[in-house]
Amino acid sequence: MSTVWPELEPLLGRVQKPARYIGCEDGARIPEHGPGRVSWLLLYPDTYEVGLPNQGLQILYELLNERPDAAAERSYAPWTDLEELLREHGVPLFSLETHRPAGEFDVLAFNLSAELVYTNLLNCVDLAGVPVRSADRGDHHPLVMAGGHCTYNPEPIADFVDAVVLGDGEEVVGEINDVLVAAKSEGAPRAEVLDRLTGVDGVYVPARYEATYEAGRLVATAPVAASVPDVVEKRTVADLADWPYPSTQLVPLTEVVHDRLNVEVFRGCTRGCRFCQAGMITRPVRERPADQVRTMVQEGLRRTGYDEVALTSLSTADFSGIESVVADTVNDPTSCGQVSVSLPSLRVDAFTVGIAAEVQKARRTGLTFAPEAGTWRMRQIINKLIREEDLYAAVESAYSQGWRRMKLYFLIGLPSETDEDTLGIAELARNCVAIGRRHHKAPSVTVSVGGFVPKAFTPFQWFGQNTVDELLRKVHLLRDALRHERGVQLKWHDPRASLIEGLMSRGDRRLGPVIESVWRAGGTFQEWSEHFDDQRWLEAMASHGLSVDEYVHRHRTEDETLPWDHLSAGLHKDFLWQDWRDALAEVGLEDCRWTPCYDCGACTGYGIEHIVASATPPAGGSQGTGQDLARGAEVPVVLSARPPSVGVG
Amino acid sequence: MKVRLRFAKQGKVRFTSHRDVARVWERALRRAELPVAYTQGFTPRPRLHFGLALPTGAESLAEYLDVDLDLGDDAADGFDPATLPDRLTSCLPGGITVVAAAIVDTGVMSLQQAVTSCTWHLEVGGTTGSQLAAVAARALAADEIVITRERKSKQVTDDLRPYLLALSVVGESPDGALLEAEVGTQPRSVRPSELLAALDPVLTERRVTRIHQWMTLDGVRCEPLSPGGPVASSSAHAEVRAS
Ligand code: SF4
Repeated sequence: MSTVWPELEPLLGRVQKPARYIGCEDGARIPEHGPGRVSWLLLYPDTYEVGLPNQGLQILYELLNERPDAAAERSYAPWTDLEELLREHGVPLFSLETHRPAGEFDVLAFNLSAELVYTNLLNCVDLAGVPVRSADRGDHHPLVMAGGHCTYNPEPIADFVDAVVLGDGEEVVGEINDVLVAAKSEGAPRAEVLDRLTGVDGVYVPARYEATYEAGRLVATAPVAASVPDVVEKRTVADLADWPYPSTQLVPLTEVVHDRLNVEVFRGCTRGCRFCQAGMITRPVRERPADQVRTMVQEGLRRTGYDEVALTSLSTADFSGIESVVADTVNDPTSCGQVSVSLPSLRVDAFTVGIAAEVQKARRTGLTFAPEAGTWRMRQIINKLIREEDLYAAVESAYSQGWRRMKLYFLIGLPSETDEDTLGIAELARNCVAIGRRHHKAPSVTVSVGGFVPKAFTPFQWFGQNTVDELLRKVHLLRDALRHERGVQLKWHDPRASLIEGLMSRGDRRLGPVIESVWRAGGTFQEWSEHFDDQRWLEAMASHGLSVDEYVHRHRTEDETLPWDHLSAGLHKDFLWQDWRDALAEVGLEDCRWTPCYDCGACTGYGIEHIVASATPPAGGSQGTGQDLARGAEVPVVLSARPPSVGVG
Repeated sequence: MKVRLRFAKQGKVRFTSHRDVARVWERALRRAELPVAYTQGFTPRPRLHFGLALPTGAESLAEYLDVDLDLGDDAADGFDPATLPDRLTSCLPGGITVVAAAIVDTGVMSLQQAVTSCTWHLEVGGTTGSQLAAVAARALAADEIVITRERKSKQVTDDLRPYLLALSVVGESPDGALLEAEVGTQPRSVRPSELLAALDPVLTERRVTRIHQWMTLDGVRCEPLSPGGPVASSSAHAEVRAS
């Protein structure tokens, strides 16, 4: 078996953080390769620290390695210092387990969680010694595949990937492996393999579709053969209880983000926040049985030696019986030493500060709330129906129990936003600090604002994103309003990064050459503020004769063909359109877990349904739970942080 | 109760940093279900006391760690440190091997203070055994070996000669020779790469291994803990007490 280790080893003494490249994690498998096995290289096209914790990748890694006819290893994007050395010494990209050259695998499978990593995908493929364009690859090259949230609009990368997987990967990865094992043993040519993959539900082969444009605008993306489906539907696993993965989470030797045990407690969210693509595309809600969660937590802590566990989901406070799971974990007499629990969740209104206190017995430093918008009107539009009183009660309770620092997350550039809505953010922050002063001398509130980027398969997919200038103007409004406010700190996400993210998130195939140009000009690691360069993107757009305004800033119309119309996240387009109209009419929509179904399509289209243990909405929430909004007795809270972001200034 | 551990770090894991290894140890001790004592306060930390940092990329046969344990009196009576090497090694990543363990006095001088010198093996490229021997002889004959190095982002000048306690060529390596160097660690450590650069800039560093750390007890040079079975452990116990 070939390995680049002898060539790589001397280079590692010359790079930052060489531990990124050695593997050796607890939980890593050294798979056997062989003719009867399809070899997969699972790639996360960002640094090891960002990519290693990715749960989707780890789940597929385990599932594939459990099969007798597959072998899976991992790789991450080498940092620029190592990349330079690899190119200089002619060493290809490699896997971490056996340091096998990436080009020797049958499949390079990328997890795409953010649009700004697209140039890194090209770079990894190139470092593997594989042509970046699908059309230029031959029978001996690996297949390049992608999955993850970004693949709901994969059109900008359609030229570079051979196949894209929509939705949950647990089942479909095995079906793809079946196709590839057969193809490998028959020696089927590449074109034939691609044809066969179009027959797997949830697999989209861009080369088997053709996009047509009229008057500079996309009018259709249609299959080129009768055997190819008109619409590719996403995959959804019906019951998380069948998939207790990852069962042996990787424990890295060097520090990574989210360096802790992670246990997914449910998938999907039907709170219905209209800006949230993750919520829309992962419907319906599928809870893991509480006992399975307890087992995974207990065994995971014992096996890994971590002293922290995150119960992950899009809104963990909504998990039926969350209080008892948290209490059992914190008070588990069999655990060695103190265990802390984190509840990453972007919601404000569904948990009590009391539970936060339980969870953070020892480290009571900072709490994060995500009201997302500054006024009630705006929160109705985005369907995040948190009342001001809910937020203040949460903040009051947190300060009174010893927390001193609050972090508040907001979006700016939302549909129909006025300056009054923007300034409402400053008002909320000011009031939170005032509450804090009743308890501490110097309370602090950090206000973090990000420019809203409309995403595919959300009700806001028709909305024209704010320009960089408009977002900056709003940031400056806030800065001026908060200038003399002691205790309030304002941070913002770079609006130029939001622009490029917006370009990719709703772009079509004509952006392929733009991505390639930016990559060829050296534009990798665009998620990293020190490497991000919007000028490269804007120049590439201009040189390919494309208009940023056409893609990003104009409002799209109901009858217009969207680049992702031939793909489906289960959601009916007319449901999304109606929800968009409701948004503009400032009409909220309740959570379908506890109210009648709206037939959005996510269950009804696939013959599945919610799996939620509790028949009643959780305490402490106000939005969409059918609760009396006027009561407000319970206190909402959200813990933990968002993933790292570009250019927080 | 304080336990002193000696471990080796070899192979791919040598690319982990000192900080990484500290975290690896925290998890390993929890996996081994040893009752490590914690600091008080807002953010309780396990009471682990590491010796001199090993440069990232270097191997070692002689790393040390002191761990405070929170054993009840009964448990302390039955506690056998001889079981620790196997128990801990199985909880550590491949390449980190515990080679000795002993109970030491709780008031023992910290490893960082007690250790006065380290012996290194440096595989050196771009030279031959005889060339390197000449370089070594020249260095030992010199009155001073002045280098500039960065400390807290300032350039400072240091004389390395007082740190250089022994230097000899002990073997050949594929494209060069093997140098053994004993280097002082007080008041500051000298990194093997700094030593090599000071000896002759054409020398290239290949693999570096720390093979010993030394302290002085009643004028006698000894290791904080010798590798091996219970005999070595108990003698370490006595030595450290004597200090
Ligand atoms: S199909 Fe009905 S129940 Fe299922 S997610 Fe959509 S609205 Fe909710």
